[in-house]
Amino acid sequence: MDRRHFLKSSLSVAAACATGVGAASVSFAAGRVDAGYRNLLVMIELKGGNDGLNTVVPFEDPTYYALRPKLAIARDAVVQLAPRAGLHPALAPILPLWEDRQLAILQGVGYPAPNLSHFRSIEIWDTASPSDVYLQDGWLTRVFGATPPPRAFAADGVIIGTNDLGPLAGAGTRAVALSNTDQFLRQARLAAPAGAAQNKAFRHILKVEADIVQAATHLDGRHAFKTEFPQGGFGAAIRTACQIVANPSGVAIVRVTLSGFDTHVGQLPTQARLLGELARGIVALKSALTELDRWNDTLVLTYAEFGRRPRENLSNGTDHGTASVQFALGGRVAGGLYGEAPSLDRLSGDGNTAFALDFRSVYATVLEKWWGVPSQPALGGTFAPVPFVKA
Amino acid sequence: MGHNPASPMMRFAPPLLRSTVVALSFASALVQPVLAATGPVLGYDDARHLLARTGFGPTDAEVRVYAALTRDAAVAKLLLDTSTVAFTKPPASATDADSLPPPRGENATEAERKAFVQQQIREGLELRAWWVEEMVTTKSPLTERMTLFWHNHFVSGQPKVRLSRLMYQQNATLRAHALGNFGMLLHAVAKDPAMLVYLDGVRNRKGAPNENFAREVMELFTLGEGNYTEKDIKEAARAFTGWSVDRATGQYLFRPALHDYGVKTVLGKSGRFDGDDVLDLLLARPETAQYVTSKLWREFVSPDVDPMEVRRIAARFRDSSYDIRVVLCEILTSKAFYASENRGTLVKSPVELIVGTVRVFDLRPDRTLPFAYAAAGMGQNLLAPPNVKGWPGGETWINTTTLLSRKQFVDRLTRADDTPAPTASAMADGNADAVRRQRFIRQMDRGLSGVHFDSDPWMTRFPGETPVERARWAQRLLLPVEPQQATDLSADSLAVVRGLVLDAAYQLK
Repeated sequence: MDRRHFLKSSLSVAAACATGVGAASVSFAAGRVDAGYRNLLVMIELKGGNDGLNTVVPFEDPTYYALRPKLAIARDAVVQLAPRAGLHPALAPILPLWEDRQLAILQGVGYPAPNLSHFRSIEIWDTASPSDVYLQDGWLTRVFGATPPPRAFAADGVIIGTNDLGPLAGAGTRAVALSNTDQFLRQARLAAPAGAAQNKAFRHILKVEADIVQAATHLDGRHAFKTEFPQGGFGAAIRTACQIVANPSGVAIVRVTLSGFDTHVGQLPTQARLLGELARGIVALKSALTELDRWNDTLVLTYAEFGRRPRENLSNGTDHGTASVQFALGGRVAGGLYGEAPSLDRLSGDGNTAFALDFRSVYATVLEKWWGVPSQPALGGTFAPVPFVKA
Repeated sequence: MGHNPASPMMRFAPPLLRSTVVALSFASALVQPVLAATGPVLGYDDARHLLARTGFGPTDAEVRVYAALTRDAAVAKLLLDTSTVAFTKPPASATDADSLPPPRGENATEAERKAFVQQQIREGLELRAWWVEEMVTTKSPLTERMTLFWHNHFVSGQPKVRLSRLMYQQNATLRAHALGNFGMLLHAVAKDPAMLVYLDGVRNRKGAPNENFAREVMELFTLGEGNYTEKDIKEAARAFTGWSVDRATGQYLFRPALHDYGVKTVLGKSGRFDGDDVLDLLLARPETAQYVTSKLWREFVSPDVDPMEVRRIAARFRDSSYDIRVVLCEILTSKAFYASENRGTLVKSPVELIVGTVRVFDLRPDRTLPFAYAAAGMGQNLLAPPNVKGWPGGETWINTTTLLSRKQFVDRLTRADDTPAPTASAMADGNADAVRRQRFIRQMDRGLSGVHFDSDPWMTRFPGETPVERARWAQRLLLPVEPQQATDLSADSLAVVRGLVLDAAYQLK
């Protein structure tokens, strides 16, 4: 029996267990009338453009080693998952999730006519626009505009650690950005509860003040977790995310950011450190959300503006690329490999890979399969969901 | 004062602008009404409205000067008292003609490339700090407001342009024409080196046209969406081929070998057009005047455009061969501008909020970089608009994060000063540099704590026998409309000021 078969059979057992547990624990979501926003989405942005090829390594592809004489991850260092795919060694802490069938690896996620500017490309991801169309609102802002999360939620979404609202940018959504809950609660004292106003702009400001007050009323940040959160900024962001999820009034999406993936120079140590932080953060997230009995209704998604160029550059780094690999994790994720590994022998003129999965198909999965809301209006087209979440 | 920008003027005047009427049109539009200025005077609230909408946080003294003028005289004064150059001296790096060009890809070492990037980042910060300083101190606030308006119309961003020197040059060009002639501004911007880099003009060559500039000049700079075809863009792009930048000098350079001299058909007209010809075709269309007038309306009057009024004013704009002071004069003397239902309907941009607060409270910061950072934190990173469409503005300035940043900013500036100033002895013991450095770090750390606001003397500048009377004037000055929450005007002066600036109405203009 080869390793793949072995994995498959053992994982399907684990998957069955996970489904069973999931079904039992969502009783909390009994009032799921409108949309399934009690299903939590946690987005992890890998800012700067994570190198997908060294994240999920095609360790049997001689072209990979030819393109990366200095940066390739050696075959025996890779954490092998499948005949042709292995994890960067720093990601070893999430191997148990793979073995439990709770990690979906989405390969070759990108979009047509890729843009190689950080700024523009993340805007394309955040607004879910075609690459030549400029949209103002984030894709989740459009979704929540059409199908709002329950009013009783502390907020529709919380952005942790950055001021940039990304997928929640634009008016009409109750998005709160904060670095830690205590600081937010201190600042929020400057907001006043709303009243009536004479014009649209005034009304908008008062609505935003009311959003702040509502979020501040529901968040307290004092839940005592048994989980130990990793040291460092990302660990702190994960802790804050868990504090927010611990508030009983709910929130549909939390976004955390891990920065520093723009590895033009000296990639190996930098990416190893970052992927290590990512892996430890995910493990802590799973542990803390399991304490809260929320892991089975949580979907964790990584994303980034782009991947990196297959051929290493002359500075022991990699330059801006196109499609990349992303992770989906959670108690009800259907683990496995999705999409296609990049074809390194068929690179574009500028040395980049073609995409296999449109990122909007990933979003469509979130909308249709996770939240049960229509995806077509928000995504401006029909994108087939990917079967990486279970009902 | 009066630093002279490098003049990127046209080598030849486009036909539309050859008329001498151009120079005279604004004067003739104004002189008559001003001479006949015998109507009622503006009064305090209208004067405050005019200055707040066209400047940054007018002071009580400034408002009182305009309050005594008729509407026409006030607007004439406002438009005539304008500068075409900055009052403060730009950073040396911005005008240094010998500064290095970017290292060429294949020849550059990693160290060279890094040093270049670091230098541009540093220079970009200096440039932002300088611009904020100019806005904070200028005697011609309308010039800066219009420079900012054109920065958000003819967008370029340093992240792509990279060379801060080119960004400065563009800034000076926008300022030189800010209240001049829109046609000349358009022609100047089309040959502006930063723009040629930002919208890929430098990559636009015969046989391999790059349509980026041709598209945006129609969609965003002149006609507006829907008033041209894809074919027009393709043809126009050919006309702009060969418009390039001299790598050595950073100046505009026409490269004949890269120019397509063939016949083009744009907007139904055919000829061996070059770029200037195409710009004139765009200026000849009524849609251009309407598009720019609508945008000015949304900047100065209300988010809701009155189509009849815009058509009327756009016609005047076009008839004046695009004299910007003519269109502003029409807008600023219109009924709609002063209508009570349009008061407090516009959201202050971060820069307006910040610079306005500094000016109205006469804060005189010795460093302006923290203010540029503050603006960036509220979503307006000068010299780096989000994309070619610029900052969308309006209500999008305000979300939970930015509103809290805005409130925290005014909170910090109007808090009783809790950081002791460096003592005289520390300054005198020759350790001044260390003190300065520490203060800088603290400013960066805590935002803006080095700035001190003393509310008592500020409040005594208002007329009135009692503190409550003076507080009432302060409210009239600081807020465009009634506050959301009534401030206790009999409280101590700092409490009054804080109550007013923390009110939601302070976010509006």
